[in-house]
Amino acid sequence: MIAPSLVIGASVGYLLVLFAVAAFGDARAARGRSLIGSSWIYALSLAVYCTAWTYFGSVGRAAASGVWFLPIYIGPTLAMLLGWIVVRKMIRIAQTYRITSIADFIASRYGKSPLLAALVTLITVIGIVPYIALQLKAVSAGYHLLTSGPDLVEGPQVGWWRDGVLFVSLALAAFTMMFGTRHLDSAERHEGMVAAVAFESVVKLVAFLAVGAFVTWGLFDGMGDIWARAQAFPELRGLLRLGGEEGATAFGFADWFALTVLAMLSVLLLPRQFQMMVVECVDERHLLRAAWVFPAYLLLINIFVLPIAIGGAVLFGPGRMDPETFVLSLPLAHGAPWLALFAYLGGLSAATGMLIVETVAIATMVCNDLVMPALLRRRGFGVRAQGDLTGLLLNIRRAAIVGVLILGYLYFRIAGDAYALVSIGLISFAAVAQFAPALLVGMYWRGGTRIGALGGLLGGFALWTYTLMLPSVAKCGWMPAGFVEYGPLGFGLLAPERLFGLVGLDSLTQSLFWSLLVNVTLYVGLSLWRRPDAREASQGLLFVEVFERAQPATGGAPVFWRGRARLEDLTALAARLLGPSRAKALFEEHARETGVGSVARLVPDARLVDRVERQIAGAVGSASARVMIASAVQEEPLAIDDVLEILEEASQLRGYARALEEKSTSLEQATAELRAANEQLKSLDHLKDDFVSSVTHELRTPLTSIRALSELMLDAPEMGAPERERFLRIVVSESERLSRLVNQVLDLARIESGHAEWRSAEVDMRALIESAVQTTSELFRERGAEVRLVLADDVPVIRADPDRLTQVMVNLLSNAAKFVPATCGRVDVALRRDGDGLVVEVRDNGPGVPPGDHERIFEKFRQGGDAQSRPSGTGLGLPISRQIIDHFGGRMWLEQGPDGDPCFAFRLPFATPGTP
Amino acid sequence: MRPRRASRGPSAQVLVALWGAGLVLFNFPMLIVFDRDVTVLGLPLLPVALFGNWALLIGALAWALERGPARRRGSEPPPSNPVPPAPPGAP
Repeated sequence: MIAPSLVIGASVGYLLVLFAVAAFGDARAARGRSLIGSSWIYALSLAVYCTAWTYFGSVGRAAASGVWFLPIYIGPTLAMLLGWIVVRKMIRIAQTYRITSIADFIASRYGKSPLLAALVTLITVIGIVPYIALQLKAVSAGYHLLTSGPDLVEGPQVGWWRDGVLFVSLALAAFTMMFGTRHLDSAERHEGMVAAVAFESVVKLVAFLAVGAFVTWGLFDGMGDIWARAQAFPELRGLLRLGGEEGATAFGFADWFALTVLAMLSVLLLPRQFQMMVVECVDERHLLRAAWVFPAYLLLINIFVLPIAIGGAVLFGPGRMDPETFVLSLPLAHGAPWLALFAYLGGLSAATGMLIVETVAIATMVCNDLVMPALLRRRGFGVRAQGDLTGLLLNIRRAAIVGVLILGYLYFRIAGDAYALVSIGLISFAAVAQFAPALLVGMYWRGGTRIGALGGLLGGFALWTYTLMLPSVAKCGWMPAGFVEYGPLGFGLLAPERLFGLVGLDSLTQSLFWSLLVNVTLYVGLSLWRRPDAREASQGLLFVEVFERAQPATGGAPVFWRGRARLEDLTALAARLLGPSRAKALFEEHARETGVGSVARLVPDARLVDRVERQIAGAVGSASARVMIASAVQEEPLAIDDVLEILEEASQLRGYARALEEKSTSLEQATAELRAANEQLKSLDHLKDDFVSSVTHELRTPLTSIRALSELMLDAPEMGAPERERFLRIVVSESERLSRLVNQVLDLARIESGHAEWRSAEVDMRALIESAVQTTSELFRERGAEVRLVLADDVPVIRADPDRLTQVMVNLLSNAAKFVPATCGRVDVALRRDGDGLVVEVRDNGPGVPPGDHERIFEKFRQGGDAQSRPSGTGLGLPISRQIIDHFGGRMWLEQGPDGDPCFAFRLPFATPGTP
Repeated sequence: MRPRRASRGPSAQVLVALWGAGLVLFNFPMLIVFDRDVTVLGLPLLPVALFGNWALLIGALAWALERGPARRRGSEPPPSNPVPPAPPGAP
C-alpha cells in the first residue's frame, strides 16, 4: 500500500520531467541543434507502439494462454524486415507531397478526395477511442492497486468530479496542446514531443526490466526455478505448449497467423505509428538502424513477460489475482513498494506516450479532414474571405485533442470494465487494418481508384462494426445479448461472431477475415470496373513512382495542373493559411530558385501553383488545399489525355536534361584528356632539352681536351717526342671516347624510336656470360679484382639477340670493374632460374648507391658517385642496357645486398616478346 | 534510375528473403517442430525457440541493414552517426 498523495505526487513529478524534456527538445530545435536528429532517438520514438497494453495486458495474456502474447510483437518485426522497402516509400511520398496524416495519405493517393479523407478520419476516431480508453483504464487500475493494496482489484466507483483519471486525461490534454499544437508547421513536426516520447520509451523499458529482474532473481532463483516451481500446478504445466493441455491440435493456427498479420499491419497503420514513423521522420536513412533497433526493443521488453506471468501465478496461486496487475502487485506484495511505484511510472509513461501521440495525430486528421472541409463549404467562410486562419486551425486542433481524450474517458467510464485490456486493443487494431488495401496496395498499384478505395473502406468498416464492435457493445449490456448468440431476429447465419456459419475461429480472426475479404474484393473489383479519372491517375502515378518521378535532379515531380492564376490570389491564400511571414519566405525562396529577382516578377505558372498547394496541404491537408486552390485560381479541368501529355512533356524534359548531362560529362572528360596530353608533351619537351644540353656537355669535355692538347703541340714545336707521344695518346683516347659517345647516342635513339635492328638467335646465357667475363678480364686484372661465377645448370636456352645481351653484360661488368676498390676488389656474377625466367646478378664490393638514387641511376647521363671521383664513362651504358632488357620483356634493377654491396640484376622471361 | 537506387541501400532481395524466413519460422507448421515436452537449461523449448529465432532474425536484419553500401560508399553525405544515448537497458 502506498499513500495516494505519494502516487499522485510521483505522477505529477513525472509529467513535469516529461514537460521539461519536451521543452528542452523544442528549445534545441528552435536553436537549430535538433535533439532528435539521430537514428537511435528515431528508433526509441517508434517504441510508442508499446503502450499500457504491453505493460499490463501482455502479462495477463501470458498467464492465461502462454505464448499467445507474442504475435503482437512478432508482427511488427516482420513489418520492419520490409521497413526499408515499404516504410521508406511511405516516408518519401509523405515528405515529397507534404502529407501529414494517414487520412491525408489515402485521400491524396486517390485524387485528393475530401470524402475519402473524412471517411478515414471517422474510422480512425471510432476505432481508436476504445484504445484510448484502454490506456486510461490501465492508469486507473494501477492507481487503485497501488493505493488500496493487491487484495482489492477494482476501486469503488466514485463521482466523476473526484475521479483521478479525469484529471490525468485533462493534464495530458494540456500537455499535448502545449507540444502538439504550439505552432502550425507545414511539415507537422513536433520535436519536443518526439524527444519526450523517446524518453518515455527508455523509462518504460527500464521499469519493466527492473520488475522482471526483481521477480526472476529476487523472488525466484532464475527463470529455470520459476518453471520448476510451476510444475507443481497442473494449470501451469501445459501453459507453454501449443494448445495447452490438449496439445497442438487445439492450437488455433489461423488465429495465430491472423494476430501476426494484424500486428504487422497495425505497426504501419496506427495513427501514432504513422505520425512517429513517417511524419516525424527527420531523415529516411535513420530507418536503416531503427528497422532493427525497434524489433530489438520489442524483444527486450518481452523477455520478462513469461517469468512475471508464471512467477505471479506461482506466488499468488493460479487464478487468485488478476494477472494484468502482476507488474505492480508482485513487488507491492513482496516488500518492494518503491519498485512498484517505479513500475507504475513505467506504465504511466507507456500510457501517456501513446495518448499524446495518438491524440496529436487524430487532432490533425479531425481538423484537416473533417472540420476544415465543413467550414470551407460555409458561406461567408469561403476562400475569398480575408483574415489569418492559422490561429483558428490551432484552436480547432486543441479542441479536437480535448474532445478525443474526453471521448476516451467516457468510453472508459461506460464500457471499460467489460473487457480485458488485450481485447480492447485488438478491436482498434482490426479497425485500422482496414486501411491496408487502400494504402499499401495503392502505393504499388496504379490502377486503384477512388471508388474502389471508398467501397473497400466502407465495406470493411461495416463488417468490422457488425462482427467486432457490435458484439463488444452487446457484451456491455447495451444491446440484448441474444443478438450475438442467435443472430439478429434469430437468423443463425447472421450471428456476428459466426457469420455465414464460419465456426472454429475466434471472433477477432473471423471478423478480420470477413472484413478484409470484403474490403479487398470491393477495392479491387470497383477499381477494375471504372477507369481512374485524370486526377486519380496522376496522383497514382506520383505515389507509385515516387522514387523515379520526384528526383530533384530531373526537375522534380511532373505538375498535373493547367489553368491561369494571379499572383495576388496565391500570395493572399498562402498568407491566410501559413501566416504572413512563412508565406513571404515561401515566395522568396521560389523566386530565388527560379532565378527571378523579386517576388513581384514571379510568373504564377503551374510549378508555383503546385508549390503553394503543397505548402497549404501541409497546414490543412491535401483535400482542403485542393479545394482552396481550385477556388482561388482559374483551372482547366484535366482530362486523361492531358495527364498523358504532361507526362510526355516531363519525360521529354527529363530526356533533354539527361542528354545535356551526358554531353557535359563527356566534354569534361575530353578536357581532362587534353590537359593530360598537354602535360605529357610539356614534360617530353623538357626531357628533350635536358637531353640535348647533357649531350652537348658530354661532347664538349673531350673536345676541349683534344683542342687544348692540339693547340699546345702546335704552339710548342720544340716539345720532346715522348711528351708529344703522350699528348697524342690522350687525343686518340678522347677521340675514341667521343666516337663511343656518338655511337651510344645514336644507338639509344635507334632503340627508343624502335628503328634498332634486332637479331634473333638461340642464346645460352651461361656461355654468353662466360664469354663476356672473358672479354672484360683485362679490366679486372688491371684493377686487381677477382671475378667469381655462380651459374646454375638448369637454365634453358632462350631466343634473343646475343650481341645485345653481350653488350648488356659487358656494360654491367665494366661498370663493376670501375667501382670496385683498388685492393681486394671482388665481383660475383650469378645466373639462376626464377620461375618462367632467368635472373642474372652482378654484385661488386664497391661503394653502394644511396637508395633514393636506385631508379635515377638508370636515367641518361646520370652516373654514380660525385663528379670528381667518378671514373670516366658516358653515362649512357645503363639506360641502353635497360632499354635492351625492356625490349625482351624483362626488367632491370639495382638492389642493395645485405652487406650494403650494390647488385645490378636483370630478369628475362624464357618466352621473350622481342623474338619472332 | 533503378540500378542507381538499388545500389544505394541494402539489397531488397535480402530483406524480402528474410521476411519470408520470418513468416515461415513463426507460423504453422514450423511451430509444431518446437512444440515438445523438452526443456533447454531448465526452460521449456517453445518460448526459448520463439525468442531465439526472433533474436536471430533481428541479428540478420541488423547485418543486412548496417553493412549496406549506403554507409560504405559515401556517395551521399554519411548519415549522422552520433553516440547513442546510453540509458541503462536501452537496446
